[in-house]
Amino acid sequence: MTDATARHIPDRLVSPAARLLKSWETLLLAVALAIFVANSLASPYFLNAWNLSDATFNFTEKAMIAFAMALLIISGEIDLSVASIIALASTAMGAAVQAGAGTPVLVGIGLGTGLACGAVNGILVTRMGLPSIVVTIGTMSLFRGISYIALGDKVYKGYPSDFGYFGQGYVWWVFSFELVLFAILAVVYGVLLHKTNFGRAVYAIGNNPTAALFSGIRVQRVKFILFLLTGLMSGIAAICLTSRLGSTRPSIAFGWELEVVTMVVLGGVNILGGSGTIPGVVIAAFVMGLVTFGLGLLNVPGIVMSIFIGCLLIGVIALPRLWTMWRG
Amino acid sequence: MSITRRLLGGSALAAMILAGSMAQAQDKVRIALVVKALGIGFFEAAAEGAEEAAAELGNVEIIYTGPTDTTAEGQIEVINSLIAQQVDAIAISANDPDALVPALKKAMDRGITVISWDSGVAPEGREMHLNPSSNALIGNMIIKLAADELPDGGKVAVLSASATATNQNTWIAEMEKVMGDYPNIEVVGTVYGDDLADKSYREAQGLMQTYPDLKAIIAPTSVGIVAAAKAVEDAGKAGEINVTGLGLPSEMAGAIQSGASKSFAIWNPIDLGYSATMLAYNLATDAAEAGPGAEIPMGRMGTLTLDDNAEGAMADPFVYDASNIDQFKEIF
Repeated sequence: MTDATARHIPDRLVSPAARLLKSWETLLLAVALAIFVANSLASPYFLNAWNLSDATFNFTEKAMIAFAMALLIISGEIDLSVASIIALASTAMGAAVQAGAGTPVLVGIGLGTGLACGAVNGILVTRMGLPSIVVTIGTMSLFRGISYIALGDKVYKGYPSDFGYFGQGYVWWVFSFELVLFAILAVVYGVLLHKTNFGRAVYAIGNNPTAALFSGIRVQRVKFILFLLTGLMSGIAAICLTSRLGSTRPSIAFGWELEVVTMVVLGGVNILGGSGTIPGVVIAAFVMGLVTFGLGLLNVPGIVMSIFIGCLLIGVIALPRLWTMWRG
Repeated sequence: MSITRRLLGGSALAAMILAGSMAQAQDKVRIALVVKALGIGFFEAAAEGAEEAAAELGNVEIIYTGPTDTTAEGQIEVINSLIAQQVDAIAISANDPDALVPALKKAMDRGITVISWDSGVAPEGREMHLNPSSNALIGNMIIKLAADELPDGGKVAVLSASATATNQNTWIAEMEKVMGDYPNIEVVGTVYGDDLADKSYREAQGLMQTYPDLKAIIAPTSVGIVAAAKAVEDAGKAGEINVTGLGLPSEMAGAIQSGASKSFAIWNPIDLGYSATMLAYNLATDAAEAGPGAEIPMGRMGTLTLDDNAEGAMADPFVYDASNIDQFKEIF
């Protein structure tokens, strides 16, 4: 391949530096920095290591799911049942606590429930060929419904004290276990999507599943694995959130599925599949966390916060489109 | 490069918007009134009471806040931002008595006074809890409301929720304890409407047929009281049979107007917000200390005495009648 006589054909039309400068991630990073600066100016409490550390809890659990969700959406599918998987996994762990289970067993149950729920979604979508949005709207009600039947208006608590480490513990100084786990998972998913054959297959499927199939990619199998991963990440998030709350009610993590999808889309992942990056999702997680925390410090009502996030989402998505229209 | 310019413009704008809303008064005692969710009339009224207390105390700033919907996770985000702001006190009506405990413990560890009101937090997550009323006070109030309209005595009946409803059974038991104070009132029976509008309606009709000389129906449930009032109106006995008990002003305004109900009771959210603020202030400024048996002043609402769980009852349920229903029916 490295034939010196061959004419050099550039694989990109613009230089890597210019490409980076104009990329979605740069745009998002600039937004994140702007929010950071604005928050520091607006509130004297913002620039404080412990406060910023507390603020990360606003997004770490959702972001963990967002990584797997990003891959799933890039492949052209979606999972709206993630918050309900959290509820079911948390309920299963709570039931195990009542039976006297210790922390290692609880973690196993949390991960296992997540995987099992992911497998249900995966089988329904890949084996039966049903659209994932319909399947997961169904399992969204199903999984949380099981929690409601098991718990009703009651609560599971009494988690062992060492179980509290996942959601309340600190690895070092202000770096909580959740934040460190978030960083590790970000790297893992970044490598998986951008540096492996599996990652290339995910993009290929999202761009054209038929072409991917004819290229020898086992489309259904890749999709099944992605549903398993999303379930697993929901299980991990369930462990962290349950540990942080120290109790389980069936309403746990209610409404999180849309926040996770928002984070993914804000991160530059095409909702129709085929493109997007993990660094984009990471920055989007920080943007959402910083905005809610910063506005919270100013005691801006939650309703105004939702409006702000909505405008941010539309603004950030519309900007590049406007840019191309203006150039064109 | 023009994209960079645009971004810079955008961030400057964002900075201005946020900086514009910046205003802090460090020397004031900052009390955060955290509610289940914003945009609920009951809590807006409580915030009004909190502002009244703040005006009376002078050096208090009220931060009225809460999540968009009634979730524990949303309240935890709010609590985290309040901890970061180093407020002096948090007075919270909790969406979940247990899930908030770790976050509120952290607040207390960082020197913030934490109390719960209306909807309580488990004892380890707060210094004290303010109940709007107590079972004994409610039990006494519901029979008193009926008796006050019957100077010559007479027969009254109870329309409850379900036979297994803990709250209603406790209140009726408390009511029976004080029946000795109302010698010429006779409670002829208790029926159960299961907190269903149609069943409560039929049960109320049944009571009127069984006891033609019935003078009052006591319904210590917000569903039952509305249904009973409707049954009395439909039977053309408004003014003859008085429906009373516990109800919501917004739902009972019609019954008060028609005369089917002369008065009823429920907690007053304004008083509740006022008292919570007074208590939080006294604890945050170390004017009082929470603990079993403690007595904490709460301004015009008197003094709160805490029980072994560090819980206290604010007052008798507040009585609503023709004189104040128009004001409160807009609130909750």
